[in-house]
Amino acid sequence: MGAFGFLNRTSPESKKNKNGDRGFLVFENTSEVIQAENLLKKEGWEVKVMGPPPEIRKGCDLVIEFPLIEELKITKTLQDAGIPPLQVVPVSHPLLEPVSLFQSKDFGKYLMVQAANMKLTVDKDSLTIVNISGGGCPDVPYLADQMLGKPLDEAPSPREIGHTLCGYALQLAYEEIRRRCLQS
Amino acid sequence: MLAIVGTVPNPEFPLVAGEVTVKNKNLQIQEKEIPVKRGTPALLGSAIKTVETLGQEAPFGYLIGDIGRGDGSQKLYQYLVKDLKEKNYHTLVFHYLQPHIGWHSRIQSVLQKLTPKPLIIADAGFMYVAKMSGRASDYDLFTPDMGELAFLADELAPHPFYTRGFLLHEENRVPDLIARAYLHGNAARYLLVKGQKDYIASKEGIQAIVEEYSSEAMEAIGGTGDTLTGIVAALIASGMEIDRAAVVSARVNRLAGYYAQPSPGTQVSEVIQYIPRALEEVLKHQKAYDEQIRIRPEPPHHA
Repeated sequence: MGAFGFLNRTSPESKKNKNGDRGFLVFENTSEVIQAENLLKKEGWEVKVMGPPPEIRKGCDLVIEFPLIEELKITKTLQDAGIPPLQVVPVSHPLLEPVSLFQSKDFGKYLMVQAANMKLTVDKDSLTIVNISGGGCPDVPYLADQMLGKPLDEAPSPREIGHTLCGYALQLAYEEIRRRCLQS
Repeated sequence: MLAIVGTVPNPEFPLVAGEVTVKNKNLQIQEKEIPVKRGTPALLGSAIKTVETLGQEAPFGYLIGDIGRGDGSQKLYQYLVKDLKEKNYHTLVFHYLQPHIGWHSRIQSVLQKLTPKPLIIADAGFMYVAKMSGRASDYDLFTPDMGELAFLADELAPHPFYTRGFLLHEENRVPDLIARAYLHGNAARYLLVKGQKDYIASKEGIQAIVEEYSSEAMEAIGGTGDTLTGIVAALIASGMEIDRAAVVSARVNRLAGYYAQPSPGTQVSEVIQYIPRALEEVLKHQKAYDEQIRIRPEPPHHA
């Protein structure tokens, strides 16, 4: 990308199409979705992870909703990064929205934040991650192994090492607990 | 015999199938050792403590490494489709597996042909895919937590990640959520719902509520749902009726937690070591407990 390439990334067209003319990108697995989302957001596009429609659902699925008008540039970016989408499909029905509500519980010394089925608990004094609970996909025990006992600002993010929707939900809880603990 | 199917969080761990025991505080299967932490190892650890206390045989495990890429789960599914045809388990538990509708369907078609059909319990990823596939009623028991109950109650959600906000769990809505899960065919024959109170339900409604030895910290401890599933599976495999096993296991899990005097930073292995003491205590007083079972016969609000 050229030095001023970012100027094209969030174009006036994409903003105009925020509520219409959306498409979604289908990938081989959730890990690729997470990589693609990271890349596209970093490049300035307005994209959002959503649930796929039933006809293309396989299991632990996410798709990326994007402004259709940007299709060529987005697919080229993804191809160049080695994560080409399997399919690009116009949105014809509302897609499932990921959970956007958080719940929290203050245990005094500890704070627990929940996003969807995932709960992350930190020690409020040391900001160390002391527990991860909930979830059912196989990356949850792995994420717990990698994150437990580490301070919030040093632990790997679930986005980097997770692969599933549970991993993605844990990322949301992780971002929320960081927002509450590290920015206050 | 009890068989437990799941994954371990180590990408190098090969597919193993065999009797699971405990050695040096680790699980041992085919000379491989696995630390007892959250996930399927916690389920196995608690099931082993339960069968040891009951004097029953060790569980059989089907395990493989998978860190969420789904590669291990796929190999295990492939193996199970062949292996289960030749086995005759009393109780079969499916746990932390990558949800995949196609493989779930193949596993189910094998299970449906088995005679006699084993009692089938699903939790974690396999419960998600059972519901996602519209096959929840093929199962004898699901063991959801409150968030997962809201997912079962949401007929549109394919995964808890997509549970609609208006259904998100509130303890006082549990009877409605249970009724809604059964209404849309998204619950197993029995539900054992873990929370501040534990609920045992069937399509007839809530059968029992267990609320003694409540510990708020247990919600934060990863793996306390896995221990509950391990205990109930071992009790069912010992011949106990499912609803009774669900009540006993809820009590045992809560009492083990109470004995551990947990904080939100406690690890599940600390709770597991108290299972034998809790189980002996609960079984000793079972008759007195039975008289105290809180039956809630009132129908849910919108059923």
